[in-house]
Amino acid sequence: MIQIEYLLVVSAVMMFAGVFGFLTRRSTLAILLSVELMLNATDLNFAVFNRMLYPEGYEGYFFALFSIAISAAESAIAIAIMINIYRMVKNIQAGELEQMKW
Amino acid sequence: MFVVLAVLIMLSSLATVMTKSIVRAATYLLFVLLGTAGLYFLMGYTFLGSVQVMVYAGGIIVLYVFSILLTEGAKDESFKRKAKDASWGFLLSLVGFVAFLSVVLTHQFKSEVLGGPSESASAVTTISSIGHGMLSSGEGGYLLPFEAVSVLLLACIVGALIIARKR
Repeated sequence: MIQIEYLLVVSAVMMFAGVFGFLTRRSTLAILLSVELMLNATDLNFAVFNRMLYPEGYEGYFFALFSIAISAAESAIAIAIMINIYRMVKNIQAGELEQMKW
Repeated sequence: MFVVLAVLIMLSSLATVMTKSIVRAATYLLFVLLGTAGLYFLMGYTFLGSVQVMVYAGGIIVLYVFSILLTEGAKDESFKRKAKDASWGFLLSLVGFVAFLSVVLTHQFKSEVLGGPSESASAVTTISSIGHGMLSSGEGGYLLPFEAVSVLLLACIVGALIIARKR
């Protein structure tokens, strides 16, 4: 028997681990990994609220599906930008990227 | 089963942000995503769990590992965090976590408990009802977001090619 609070605690740990990584990581790729953690926690929350509070509906289910598609698009663009930056300056540390254009 | 998945998810998500090597961080993130897919299966959302495994674990993690190896590789020395930043970030996320928990644990949810597979939940999430919901424009239909996501993915393909091309 699983209460809704147990699932919410799991996704809260995931979410705030992502917040911690986002605030403290130096490498931009590691920051992106933390963003993925946070997005995954919100997807889990959508599905949990749908399943536990309104099991006859499917709104949260579709939100989670679309959110997965959008986070895939986001990480593809972000990784293209990272590769381009690395080609330009040989470095993707967040503290050393100071110019918008080379 | 739920306890195994929950412990796996929580430990792996903490290890994702704690570990020194970025390749290891991506691997722990893979375990988090697979555990989340397991939770979806446990809730009876089979299609959502399969999408999670295919898109996240199969697509995004592979993309991340490729880009890690293409850029800075497994170099670790530039990956360390400063102690001052780490303590501030830890404090902030701890405050947020405690605030979130205090709200969630005191609120009285009118929810059911998750036992076996539920009739009403599996009735609305069969493949045919997902397809009808995805492509109907009427009440409760998701045709407009579906088309918007397809345009977004097309723009994303073109944009990623243009940004990462050789000049």
